[in-house]
Amino acid sequence: MTNKIDTDMVKHVAHLVRLGISEEEAQKFSGQFSSIIDYFTMLNEVDTENIPPASDITNNKNVLREDIAQPSMSREEFLNNAPQSERGYVKVPTVFGEE
Amino acid sequence: MQLHNLTIREASEMLTNKKISSVELTQATLQRAHEIDPQIQSYVTITDDLALEQARQADERIAKGENVTPLTGIPFAMKDCISTRGVRTTCSSKILEDYVPQYNATVANKLADSGAVLIGKTNMDEFGMGSSCENSALFKTRNPWDLERVPGGSSGGSAAAMSAGLASFTIGEDTGGSVRMPAGFCNVTGIKPTYGRVSRYGLISLVSSFDCIGPMTRDVYDCATVLEHIAGHDPLDSTTYQSPITNYTQHINKSVKGMTIGIPKEYFVSGMEAGVEISIQEAIRTYEKLGMKIQEVSLPNTKYALPVYYLLLFAEASSNLARFDGTRFGLSVSENAKDVIDIYLQTRHEGFGDEVKRRIMLGAYALSAGYYDAYYLKAQKVRTLLRRDFETALASVDILLAPTCPTTAFKLGEKTNDPLEMYLSDIYVVATNPAGVPALALPCGFSNNMPVGMQLIGKHLDEQTLFQVGHAYQQVTDWHKQLPNL
Repeated sequence: MTNKIDTDMVKHVAHLVRLGISEEEAQKFSGQFSSIIDYFTMLNEVDTENIPPASDITNNKNVLREDIAQPSMSREEFLNNAPQSERGYVKVPTVFGEE
Repeated sequence: MQLHNLTIREASEMLTNKKISSVELTQATLQRAHEIDPQIQSYVTITDDLALEQARQADERIAKGENVTPLTGIPFAMKDCISTRGVRTTCSSKILEDYVPQYNATVANKLADSGAVLIGKTNMDEFGMGSSCENSALFKTRNPWDLERVPGGSSGGSAAAMSAGLASFTIGEDTGGSVRMPAGFCNVTGIKPTYGRVSRYGLISLVSSFDCIGPMTRDVYDCATVLEHIAGHDPLDSTTYQSPITNYTQHINKSVKGMTIGIPKEYFVSGMEAGVEISIQEAIRTYEKLGMKIQEVSLPNTKYALPVYYLLLFAEASSNLARFDGTRFGLSVSENAKDVIDIYLQTRHEGFGDEVKRRIMLGAYALSAGYYDAYYLKAQKVRTLLRRDFETALASVDILLAPTCPTTAFKLGEKTNDPLEMYLSDIYVVATNPAGVPALALPCGFSNNMPVGMQLIGKHLDEQTLFQVGHAYQQVTDWHKQLPNL
């Protein structure tokens, strides 16, 4: 496996996490990422044949409760933090664009 | 008598004996914070009015003798990643710089119920991503022992405030050493409880499967006191344990004679500062004198703890931080946005610092098609081995002892240009979080006039033994009583 993370790959992952990124930043991160990912390949040394992946460390089984409706945060309180709202709703620009 | 150096136990006794009032204690603490903190910069927000109001209520409770707990009237500060209703909660990030939660974290509710007095919120590495507090997007916190040095991270503000006497206790959060490492750097006591012992509801999550809220205090007894009041099952966090909370302080004086300490041999290899090693060896001898047996143990997968920790952190953080999208709360940058994606891109570009950007991009990379098996899945498998290491080692001993960091506090700017170098300073503290086991950090000496910390690591849900063994040490040493010159 090659660990060179070029600027195209950096821009690709930036888009996956919806992060705007400049050409300059992509170049800076590209160098740093390659050395960090290189460090991670150390894990290849470990024999994990028949080792299950960790999922829950509390040994909890399904945690269930009765589904009882209770008062939650009011619409007004919630909208106190919304950058833009209208008639009790969060307001955002077009969600489904041409892309 | 200096009010700001009192332990919780001492202050509580004076409050209930009416030698001081909570208003007096709170005023003295606030005054000291306003005087001293400009040079330390541990506080993001100081809540003067709220604190004095809570102090008045605490004094009423004490006067009536109703519902008085050991924390009633005691001023404390909380790491700024824990939601406080009506009090700005920033995570030391630009993206939350003006965010005011509309609800309390369970820990905030529990402390309010116990009558503790919130005097402020403390600085941290942005979203907990860092080991020096230098990744705060707001300002850098200084180590009270040497203002040219870092306090450690990510709970650097909580550690520095505690060390400088700017609160009677503080609340930190430990995702991979973020309570223990700064506790060691600043000469305070702090615990990362068992994962699931303290509710995470209202904690702004970094790594949901690692995050543990824990107290930072002047001594082990105080640490046990605070944990008793914040631990427990919470219906709002389904990963919390149902098992009841032990009365930790009641059994804290039990003798440690005949118990066994395990020394993980993999932790004592090259790279440790000489003065740190000397202090740790001295602490081991102290325990021998207390009648404990010392036994070498092995945690064979130790060298893989750091890559496992960071890989899983990147992955979980990349999805956890997806919530900061500029549409529902927090910073919103929407200039000329033609669609909602533009708001996401611009808000996150402006709102997140470099370390956050690095980590969420690397997380997306490790989770993406073609790399998932090699990185994320592999790390989860090695995580199973890390957990088994602790189970095996702790089957033959009562507790493990190790340093909290290979060095004492480093200088500001010393490691900021090399992210990987910074990650390596977490080498002794990260393994416990993927494994979920509890660990107590406490002062154990000085190297070149800077504090050295050690940690005691215990079995799942066995905080009791950690407190007992830590308390025994503090009965025969006075490292924890040493204070910085300010």
